[in-house]
Amino acid sequence: MALTIGEVEHVALLARLALSAEEKHTFAEQLGSILEYADKLTGLDTEGIEPLVNILPVFNVLRDDEVKPGSLREEILSNAPLLEEEQYKVPKII
Amino acid sequence: MELHQLTIHELHDKLADREISAEELASSFFSRINALEPKLRAFLTITEEKALKQAREVDKAGKYEGLTGIPFGLKDIFCTRGVRTTCASKILENFVPTYDSTAGRRLEEQGGILLGKLNMDEFAMGSSTEQSAFQSTCNPWDLERVPGGSSGGSAAAVAAGEVPFALGTDTGGSIRQPASYCGVVGLKPTYGRVSRWGVIAFASSLDQVGVFSRDIRDCALVLNIIAGKDPLDSTSVNLEVPDYTSFLDGEVRGMKIAYPREYFQQGVDEQIKTTVMQALRKFEAMGAIIDEVSLPHSEYALPAYYLVAPAEASANLARFDGVRYGLRDFEAQNVVDMYSQSRSQGFGNEVKRRIMLGTYALSSGYYDAYYLKALKVRRLIANDFDKVFADFDLIVSPTAPTPAFKLGEQTGDPLTLYMNDILTVPVNMAGLPGMSLPCGLVNGLPVGMQLIGKAFDEGTLFKAAYAFEQNTDYHKMRPVLGVK
Repeated sequence: MALTIGEVEHVALLARLALSAEEKHTFAEQLGSILEYADKLTGLDTEGIEPLVNILPVFNVLRDDEVKPGSLREEILSNAPLLEEEQYKVPKII
Repeated sequence: MELHQLTIHELHDKLADREISAEELASSFFSRINALEPKLRAFLTITEEKALKQAREVDKAGKYEGLTGIPFGLKDIFCTRGVRTTCASKILENFVPTYDSTAGRRLEEQGGILLGKLNMDEFAMGSSTEQSAFQSTCNPWDLERVPGGSSGGSAAAVAAGEVPFALGTDTGGSIRQPASYCGVVGLKPTYGRVSRWGVIAFASSLDQVGVFSRDIRDCALVLNIIAGKDPLDSTSVNLEVPDYTSFLDGEVRGMKIAYPREYFQQGVDEQIKTTVMQALRKFEAMGAIIDEVSLPHSEYALPAYYLVAPAEASANLARFDGVRYGLRDFEAQNVVDMYSQSRSQGFGNEVKRRIMLGTYALSSGYYDAYYLKALKVRRLIANDFDKVFADFDLIVSPTAPTPAFKLGEQTGDPLTLYMNDILTVPVNMAGLPGMSLPCGLVNGLPVGMQLIGKAFDEGTLFKAAYAFEQNTDYHKMRPVLGVK
């Protein structure tokens, strides 16, 4: 079943995507049919099954906090869309 | 034989015997690339100047060991310091990384020479390389068909002889499926076997770096170099890396090979089933023990994958906000609009679709029903494999349900396109090693057989695949491109 336009707008806001009216309509249909396909899982009994988040038995990996050479500041900043005095500049936040 | 048809180990012999120099070798591949690219469009960036300079340095040093002087390509998802890395997305069109991926760096440290960056589906989301924001790549076997995806540029370039080998990434089949479509060897190692440092993330619990090559020996040589613990990737595993070439003994006598009945159903082309069954008979004739098994939760793998992978992608792709790098919309008046507008202009349809799907599956009220449920199903899928591997050494199946399809044929309905991954996603869900190797032609198009092994047992894949290769000629098949 297709999602409502309201649901699509809510998800788009969470995902920080500005969608056109046409995109909203298309995604409402397409996400609906993909989720309908995913509903196949609801028929499967998973009572008592432990979710598998990661196949490796790795939990917390720590290392000593040593200073090592990394990327160069100028190189990193050269990818910035807009800089002012070596700082990233963005439109007003509040 | 022409240089572009040779394997790494054959090219190495020519360099070591001083028959050719590294510079001549690189130049010869660039001639090939320049001749083919107008048709094939496998490369997004060609690094000719840098490569020829490196090749001259190699020749000056005059020592040809291992990969020294051997050209290669990287899927454009691997960060390359000073060389544009786009992930085939408009959002990274002008992004120049300040560091190298560990896998790519290890190849260069061994003397490998990068010829360029290869096309892919945007952010590795797709099965045909048609989701690239820049160009579609053609299949060298039939220019009207797709090379598969998402690592389609890597597969096409190796198949067409533009590079002797290439690296790709595989989240749900993105190495094995294009390898099958293009008639080359494609290996997705065990999750954790190869460092993913410097590889742009798609779905972090599934992504793995792997190899495209012309034969099994080359694949083993490359895995020897890129495998192993990397302090920069906490998910890379600290397990000894064996010399994978030591498994190339051509012997499968007594090896127990299972073929899951579910992988010969699920809409698999009849001729592909027959071709892979013939390969299984070949293994049997060589002394392996083959038997049918069941992986009963197979049909749930694809729907579970299309919840888990988009959910992880929606989190990983949140970093593209137009602040520090990448495309920015300069019209927006406030910062939230800037994020939303930049992302909407920078991401293509499939990427947006998966971000939306993943965000929905993780959102309040749906998390348990979709994401958590999918993770439980993932456990059942992994358990299925464990049960089979208690009695068997290896699982064999088709890699993809069909041969390469036509460009433009499957761009309409996302679900149809997702079905291409039906035989490969379970392997990622369980984190196991998988390989596709050529095992025949159907209507003039290559067909791959998938070998699935126990975790960290790539050795058995190499052993079986090499034995098959030694007893068949499929790895010698080359497409005819009408260009010298």
